[in-house]
This record gives sequence, C-alpha cells and structure tokens, in this order.
Amino acid sequence: MDMHAPKKKLGLKEKYQVMTRGLDWEPSYQKKEDIYPYATYEGIKIHDWDKWEDPFRLTMDAYWKYQAEKERKLYAIIDAYAQSNGHLNVTDARYLNTVKLFLTGVSPLEYMAHRGFAHVGRQFPGAGPRVACLMQSLDEIRHAQTQIHALSNYNKHYNGLHEFRHMHDRVWYLSVPKSFFDDAITAGPFEFMIAIGFSFEYVLTNLLFVPFVSGAAYNGDMGTMTFGFSAQSDEARHMTLGLEVIKFILEQDPDNLPIVQRWIDKWTWRGYRVLTLVAMMMDYMLPKRTMSWKEAWEVYFEENGGALFKDLARYGIKIPKCAETIALEKDHLSHQAWGTFYNYGAAAAFHTWVPEKDEMDWLAAKYPDSFDKYYRPRLEYWREQAAQGKRFYNKTLPMLCQTCQIPMLFTEPGDPTKICYREVDYKGGKYHFCSDHCKEIFEHEPEKYVQSWLPVHQIYQGNCFPEGTDPTAEGFDPLAAVLQYYHLEFGRDNLDFEGSEDQKNFETWRGQATKNV
Amino acid sequence: MSTVFIAFQANEDTRPIIEAIAEDNPHARLNEAPAMVKIDAEGRLTVRRSSIEERLGRDFDLQELHVNLISLSGHIDETDDEFTLSWNA
Ligand SMILES: [Fe+2]
Ligand SMILES: [Fe+2]
Repeated sequence: MDMHAPKKKLGLKEKYQVMTRGLDWEPSYQKKEDIYPYATYEGIKIHDWDKWEDPFRLTMDAYWKYQAEKERKLYAIIDAYAQSNGHLNVTDARYLNTVKLFLTGVSPLEYMAHRGFAHVGRQFPGAGPRVACLMQSLDEIRHAQTQIHALSNYNKHYNGLHEFRHMHDRVWYLSVPKSFFDDAITAGPFEFMIAIGFSFEYVLTNLLFVPFVSGAAYNGDMGTMTFGFSAQSDEARHMTLGLEVIKFILEQDPDNLPIVQRWIDKWTWRGYRVLTLVAMMMDYMLPKRTMSWKEAWEVYFEENGGALFKDLARYGIKIPKCAETIALEKDHLSHQAWGTFYNYGAAAAFHTWVPEKDEMDWLAAKYPDSFDKYYRPRLEYWREQAAQGKRFYNKTLPMLCQTCQIPMLFTEPGDPTKICYREVDYKGGKYHFCSDHCKEIFEHEPEKYVQSWLPVHQIYQGNCFPEGTDPTAEGFDPLAAVLQYYHLEFGRDNLDFEGSEDQKNFETWRGQATKNV
Repeated sequence: MSTVFIAFQANEDTRPIIEAIAEDNPHARLNEAPAMVKIDAEGRLTVRRSSIEERLGRDFDLQELHVNLISLSGHIDETDDEFTLSWNA
C-alpha cells in the first residue's frame, strides 16, 4: 500500500505562481497578434511579460474568501443603519447633498471602471496583469452595487436621488466625471492603465475616498462610511497594480518613457479637474469638516505623491507639469466651484446655500490668504440679497472647456481676479479651454476632443428637451424643458437648501425621533 | 527619506494590528482621524504576522489585512511572515 505523506502547503509566492502563471498557456493554432489585437498600437514595447510581478500575490481563491467577508460586514451595517432610521443621525440635512452628488457623479464611474478593467484585462498578453485586472474589474462592480444599495435608503426619504443613472448621461455638471471616464475607456489598454490604474488610483483616489469618507463618518453617515471604506479596502490593491504597471512598462524599454510621461501629465490633470467637485464637497458641503481640500491636497498629493515621483525619478519620470498650476489653485478651487454651483442652483439636482458664519470662520482659518479677501465678501453679498428675497440664480449658460467640460470658472494662475481663457482654432472651428493644460491635451489629440458632448452646446442646439418639445411655441421656457429632460423636478430637487422639502422633512422627522409627539 | 503610510479602519479587528505595527516600528507616527488611523513612517514600515498573532492569541494570515485596509503608499513586499512598505529614494 502506498503511503502518501501529506503534501506541504504552498508558500505564498509559490501559490501565486501556480494559480496565475501556472494557469496560462501558449496558443498553438492562433497567432498571438490576433488574440491580443490592441497590445502594440499605442507604441509601448513589452519584451517579456513574465517580468511582471504582482506584489500582493492574491490568488482568486483567497480573493473570493476576503471579498465575501467584506460583503457580509458591509450589508450587516447597511441594514442596521437603515433599520434604525440612521439617516436622521446625520449632522444636518445639508449633508445629504454630498450623497446626491456622489451617487449621480461617482457611482456610475465605478461601473465604467468595471467595464474598463474587464476590457484591458482581456487585452494584456501577460497572465499576471490579466489576473490583477480581473480582480479589479470585480471590485469595481462591487463598488457600484454597494453604493447603489447603500444610497437607495436615502432615496426613500430625500429628493434628487431618484434618477441618478439617467442624470449621469445628461446633466451638465455630471458630464465632467462622465467624460473623464469615457475618455479613459476609449484609450488603448496601456493608456487606460496609466490613466485609471496609476494617475487616478495611485495619485488621486485617496483624495476622493479617504478624507471624504472619514468626513461622512464625522457627519454621522454610517452608510457612506461603510461602503466608502469597504471600497477603499480594495483600493490598496488597485494602487499597487497602478504602481506595478508603471514600473513594469518603464523597465521593459527606454522608448516607453516619453509616452508614459505624456500620459501621466495628461491624466493627473484630467483627474485633478474632476476632483474640483470633491474640493467643494469637503470645504462647503460637509456640515462638520474634518480637513480642508487644501490640507488633503498637501498630505495626499504633495507629500505622498511627491515621495512617489521622487522614487520614479530613477526611471526618468518627472512630477507632472500641472503640479505647479495646482499649487497656485489650491487656495481658490473649492471657493470658485461652490460659487458657480450657487449661481446655477436652479439647474442642479442638489441644493446649494451660503455657509453659516462659523463655517466662514473655519474657511478663513484654513484659507488665510484667500477666503476673507476674495470669497467671503461675495458670499455675504449673496446672503444679503437672499434675505431681501432676491436669491440670485444665473440664467445664462456658461462657456465650457472643450477638454474637462467644466464651466470656465477658474482664474489665471497667480491672479484670482481674472478668469482664465484659452482658445485654439482647428479646422475652421474655435475651441475654448479653462487652462493651458486642457488646451495642450486638446492640441495633442484634437480629433478625439472635437467630439466632446458639451452640455451647453447641446442645449443650444436643441438636443436637451423632452421629445416632442416645440421651442418656437409661445412662452417656451428653455430651462423648464431642460430640467424635464434631466428628470429633475423644479422646486423639489433644485434651488436653495433654505425652504427646501428636504430641509422641512428632516426637521419634522428628527423632531419626531427625539420627542414624543 | 520619503514617508510611507498605511491606513486602517479604526475598529476592534484593527486595534491589535495597529498596536503591533506601532511596537515593531518605533519610528512610525499614528494619526487618528474620524473612523480611521493613518500610520506614517520614514522610509520603511513592517507589519509582522508573529506580533499580531501574539496579541490576537490565534493564527493570523497577513492577507486578512485586506479586510480593514483603507490605503497605503510605497513599494510592497509580501511574504507569509511579513508585509513591508518602502520607498527607494
Ligand atoms: Fe472603485
Ligand atoms: Fe479644462
């Protein structure tokens, strides 16, 4: 009789080897170029895919085990939060507007990230990155689902959340995050990895999730805290994938450096522009603040990103040029963005307001060089006007940047009193930009960016009215028609927080929760 | 030397992990924020399985770190016994 000694369990490194590379095979009756048709056209040269190392060495079996545990924890908390009417514990109802912006602007991007990683995971000829992309693709659909589930609880009670998917494809400010991801997903597989895996995940995602989710916890929103940190627990793996991609590409061939540097410059800027919305959420929309946008930028980009780029210097990579412009904008970004949304509060699916006095004092302390000088007087003026019954709503549509699709609200680097305009003539058309960086991105790939679906242009061309609308009819109200097309209910989903249905309901329900009535 | 960091959710699962990291890395600084702890360290940070097991009183697989991990920075080296973050410059 044979006696088999029990087999020794494999160590982490061997197990990873067996469960990734060991599952790959060499094709025999199809050519590699036909199986991986997108692997070379971007000009990136890879000589040996086996040099790829996935430092986490997570294999699919362990992946399912830990993800299942994360899901069990998450749904237990979400259910308990909903069951106990946890929404009434948030600091005040203004907070809920961050959640609306998150669901309409960010959650659909999680779904696009799922598609993007599924696509590039299929296209890479190496087994290591294919497995890592497969896991990230699954993570991203989990993020989309858990966010939708968690936030659907708010939709039972508050306005502006009812049509997040419909709005994402249509509403003017949501074209900013939407076009960012559409831009990435329509690039080649290597550019997508630098765009999302490196520039967004490694360099910028901490700014979106860490201080904002910590802020959600601070404001009593256990639902957002839970899905946020649960998503973030996958993020460490995504960041590591992003860093590995860069190192791998640069080590494979010196010709790859200029291509990669251009992508890093482009995508750091593209991602940073999207984070304008986050800057505003942190400084203006969280009733209890944890950290200012400027502080978060200093910790997560200047300190942490600085360490990263210092490390990558050995490959010849330089810190993106836009970092200088961003440093000049950090005292102004959130204030200029909130001012713009306050103006266009009639066309947004969330409420806006003028901050309270103690909030302005906090902003002044965090922004000693800019807030009192440039932004407080404007906010106080708006408050006075509103008190006299003249709450200002801007009815003129703004010019948009052709690249980032943000209204031209940013000021000249170094001069916060002058709006920054750039333009380019291309094939008989004139194109407008918010900055030198957006202009340069356009100039390098004009055929891509002339196709931008710019909400303001689309409205003026008559493409954003409900079907059957007659704009020549007597008394036609274009704003009303656009809001109908957005599925945004006037007087409920939009306008100032003061006097809103959300404000009244929250007050009543919280009253019922704390008193016997 | 650049700073590496690792951030965890602040809960009962991570308390022994954070304690172990603090003791094994005397140069590390703990930054507490609402619901989370961020640990910064010059140059290098090591998470040791044995130190966590001592505090937990049970076997611990370093991949369990993933459940409560929020973020990190630096190059990763992961073995069965140690999880290390470092920058080369
Ligand atoms: Fe995600
Ligand atoms: Fe722009």
